[in-house]
Order: sequence, then C-alpha cells, then structure tokens
Amino acid sequence: MFWQRKLYQHPEFKLGVRDLAPQAFGQIAWALMTGVALVKSGMSVFEAVFMTLVVYAGSSQLAATPLIVAGAPAWVVLAAGFCVNLRFVVFSLHMRGYLMHLPRWPRIVTGYFNTDPTYVLFTRRFAHPANTDELRLTQEAYLAGLSFANWTSWISCSLLGIALANAIPTSWGLGFAGILCLLGIQCSLASSRLRVLSAIVAGIAAVLAYALPLKLNIVLAILMAVFACLMAEQFKAAKERLA
Amino acid sequence: MSSTDLNVTDGWTLWVILGLAIITVVTRSFFFLSNTEWHLPHWAQRGLQYAPIAALSAVVVPEIVMTQGELIATWQDARIFAAAVGVAVYFAKRNVLLTIVLGMAVYLPLHLGLGW
Repeated sequence: MFWQRKLYQHPEFKLGVRDLAPQAFGQIAWALMTGVALVKSGMSVFEAVFMTLVVYAGSSQLAATPLIVAGAPAWVVLAAGFCVNLRFVVFSLHMRGYLMHLPRWPRIVTGYFNTDPTYVLFTRRFAHPANTDELRLTQEAYLAGLSFANWTSWISCSLLGIALANAIPTSWGLGFAGILCLLGIQCSLASSRLRVLSAIVAGIAAVLAYALPLKLNIVLAILMAVFACLMAEQFKAAKERLA
Repeated sequence: MSSTDLNVTDGWTLWVILGLAIITVVTRSFFFLSNTEWHLPHWAQRGLQYAPIAALSAVVVPEIVMTQGELIATWQDARIFAAAVGVAVYFAKRNVLLTIVLGMAVYLPLHLGLGW
C-alpha cells in the first residue's frame, strides 16, 4: 500500500510512478470523460463523486450507471459490474504468487488498487514472483508506485470531469485517448505469435458477440482466445513430437 | 428506486454504489481472498500468458470498429485511422505515450474537422 513509508521511500516506488506516467497522461481525457459521462447520464453530483471515490473501476462505473438511472434491480447492476470486472479475476489469479506472503487485509487492499495499467506494467517488469524478502519488498514498492500514480491521476481527473460536466461536449470524443492508451499497452504485450493470435481471436469474438447482455461478449472473447492459444500450443507440441 | 430528478441523491443508489465497490474489491482480490495454499493446474498457468492481451483486445477492438452495437460500414471513421497510426507508431518507437499523442493528432482533426 502506497501510504507505507517502507514502500514510498524505496527507489522502486519512484520507478513505478515514472513507468505509469505515460499511461496516466493517456488516461487524463478518459477519466475526464468518465466523470462527465456519469453526470450526463443522470447521476447526481454527490452520487458521481461517491462512486468515483469508492468504486474505482471506470469500465464498471460506465456500465452500471445507465442501469442505475433506468431503475434496474440491484442484482442486475451488480451482475453487470461483476462481468465487466471479470478480467480482474484473471489478474488476481496471476498476482496470487506475488502477494500471498502478505497478511490477508494488506493483500486485499493491494488488490483493490491493482487496475489494468498497473497489472500489465507490473507483470511486464517482474515475470516471476520474488523468492527473497528483499526482492519481495522491491516488487511491493514498484507496485505501490504504479498504484499511487494511477489512483491519484484517475481520481483527480474524474472529479474534474464531474465538475466540468456541463462545459465539455461529449461530441469532442476526447475519451478516445483512453482507447489509444489501452491499444498501446496491448501492442506492448504482443511479444509472441500466440499472443498475437490471442489478440486477434479476442477482438473478432468481442465484435461478433457484442449483442450479448451485461458485456458478456468480453468474457466470452477472453475464454475463446485463451482456449484457442492452449489448443495451438498442444498442436505445436504434437507436431514437434512427430518431427 | 433511482430518482427521476437529476440532481437529487437517493439512499438506494448509494447502497448500489457501495455494492459496486465491494464487487471491485472481490474481483480484484478473487484468488487471494483465502489464506489456504493451493496450486494452479498447468493449463491455467499457461492460459495466463494469453489472458491479459485477450482482455485488452476484447475491450479495445469493438470501441474502434463499432458504433452503437453495429460494425461500421464506412471507411470514413476517424478511429480506424487513429488506431492504425497508433499501432504503427508503437511498433516503430515502442512508446505508449507517443502512440496516444500521434493517434489523437490524427483523430481530432478528422473527427472535429471532417466530422468522421
């Protein structure tokens, strides 16, 4: 957690902040537009501020807001939020090895602050969980730096967006900067042919299944892409055995 | 139920928002909520190699090639050009910030100037 002295004084903390800076920059417009969108789609200013501060998940906020405003039952709103957040369940599976040495509550708080850019940058820098206490602290400090930079930039820009809601027209399309940001991260992950295959299968599946309710197209696309890559691995292994 | 008056806060909405916050906590910590030690099956460990890029692609691609749930039917869409430039810039310079800046430099004139 980034408010702990042993973490924010560690040199890796600064490195984490620096590595996150470009993502934070790209996220500015996106966070602004999220703040604007919450108010524009019918939340009161207090509700929008409260949501920004406690939910801290842009995509699930944007998915849930129209449902709340339409008076959908609570379970539908929560189910939609859960599905949009399912990718974090996948991330938590990966992060488990890095965090299990922590006691339960610090672990859960660290998890709460772990979003898309922090997860991607963290696992890119540290391909494997640490095996010494010193390296564990290094990893924790780097993650804390990423989380701190991401949280402050996201929260402040979202709040600014809520404040400016009536001044910025949605038609400017500034939110597209957020998509370009995700696209850049996606390219940085395309480090093997099978990962490229994963991106292609997921992209096509997400478009074809777009009509599914509750953003389930995203979950389906991830499952299909991973399944396709595991099959391709098996196929490659079998071919190598024959050769 | 939610209020129809736009600037009135109601208790029901605040409870739902709190519920969404709990969803955030639960999904982000899902596999380390429990203290019990357990090991992942091999296929799941392999699958983790491919899941993050799949999740990003599943979110990003529809945002670039779809409008209101339909595949776009025209090439006159600022997003396609901006995304193409963004990808090219990334692989030329390996820099995410430059991807965003040059992508937006293509997007904004086409979108605001030509209305694409």
